[in-house]
Amino acid sequence: MLTPADLDALLLTFKVASLATLFMLLIGTPLAWWLARTHSAFKGFINAIVSLPLVLPPTVLGFYLLVLMGPAGFIGKLTNELGLGTLPFTFPGLVIASVLYSMPFVVQPLQAAFTSIGEQPLEAAATLRASPLDTFFSVVVPLTKPGFLTASILGFTHTVGEFGVVLMIGGNIPDKTRVVSVQIYNHVEALEYSEAHWLAGCLLAFSFTVLFILYTVLKTQPNVQQLK
Amino acid sequence: MFKYKSLSLYLSLLLLALSQNSLAATTLVAVAANFSKPMTEIAAEFEKSTGHTAKLSFGSSGKFVSQMENGGPFEVLLSADEKGPEKLEKSGFAVPNTRFIYALGKLVLWSTTPGYIDDQGKILSTGGFKHIALADPKLAPYGVAAVEVLKKKGLFEKLQPLFVLGENIAQTHQFVSTSNAELGFVALSQVIENGKIGSGSGWIVPSSEHAPIQQGAVLLKNGAENPAALALLNYLKSKPALAIIEKYGYDLPK
Repeated sequence: MLTPADLDALLLTFKVASLATLFMLLIGTPLAWWLARTHSAFKGFINAIVSLPLVLPPTVLGFYLLVLMGPAGFIGKLTNELGLGTLPFTFPGLVIASVLYSMPFVVQPLQAAFTSIGEQPLEAAATLRASPLDTFFSVVVPLTKPGFLTASILGFTHTVGEFGVVLMIGGNIPDKTRVVSVQIYNHVEALEYSEAHWLAGCLLAFSFTVLFILYTVLKTQPNVQQLK
Repeated sequence: MFKYKSLSLYLSLLLLALSQNSLAATTLVAVAANFSKPMTEIAAEFEKSTGHTAKLSFGSSGKFVSQMENGGPFEVLLSADEKGPEKLEKSGFAVPNTRFIYALGKLVLWSTTPGYIDDQGKILSTGGFKHIALADPKLAPYGVAAVEVLKKKGLFEKLQPLFVLGENIAQTHQFVSTSNAELGFVALSQVIENGKIGSGSGWIVPSSEHAPIQQGAVLLKNGAENPAALALLNYLKSKPALAIIEKYGYDLPK
């Protein structure tokens, strides 16, 4: 069965993933909008930066974050100056690392959704004298709802499945940085296979359910709407 | 006639090459993270003196035991504890009666800041740090020893909220060496240079402060027929190997 420590790890994981998804949407939406609309020379550069976590091993990202956010690193010095202390081994540090790590999973579906609606709806809104902000919330968001749902779900689940980065900067602290993936790994290493099975099974069931919903229920609905 | 001569010469050369090949074998060795530095040196010496090759994989002992129980490829295990080899012998993945202790681990409380840690480890009671790194006691014998030291000093309860746990001793060292943790319990072998602590400051914990860290080696079933695996286990008990083990701050098994 699940131990209290396992439940704590589950709860913590959902906390990290929820907060990270919120921040990813807040940062990723304007970023994806810019990437979808711009003809700037920097587009390729920014696209490459955002997509880096897709190809980099998480240990590389984790290692850089550990060094950069440490007392001798650039970010660590900055946070120390601001009186925030250093970020590794802390809950905020974990959320920030997750945002960086899962960002492409939020930006890419949004960018694709924003690109797909084309110029017409925007021009139509403009002729009706809608402000850009009004256009975005009254026209773009409803049209790209499936994109937002895909982005949120992928961002959330990818953060739940995060392991390498947490291992590098987490320090395995109960209720702060001991997330489910790390807890499973520790169970396996401690040869506690039955505990590992329980927790791994929970994660498998959760991930499958979410993806199943994403690929069936959510995917068909928007198609129907578009047909109308 | 000449043709035949050269043919036989070729043949004998070929045979010689083949026989050398069969004599010089390669063995795959799983090595506990704390023993990576000395083992790299020992493997080089081993190759020179026997002609065999030892390929080394470093990681946590617990992970290696899990991997072996699930069809891992290793032929020799150099564990950080006695439990791993014992467990593998019981579950039938190790060759019975091949277990022995190859080194006694030494624990050190270490910081990258020079002069930060006194030679008595009084800093532990003085405090003033935000994080103290140790290997996860659930997984690593060096973590168990660190907890034992803190309990003996009556500081475990007080310092526990400051713990950051490394998955193995290499990761623990990483937390301290990047200064993310001000100090931490690591293996002496990781920070020793020419018989003393290479950089920063540290307190070499006296062996009397914790139960001995008995690091066990064992021959795994995969390596039972491999001469290189057997030779390596023998070589670990040889004088040159023991000298290297001692140089890295380990106590020698009695």
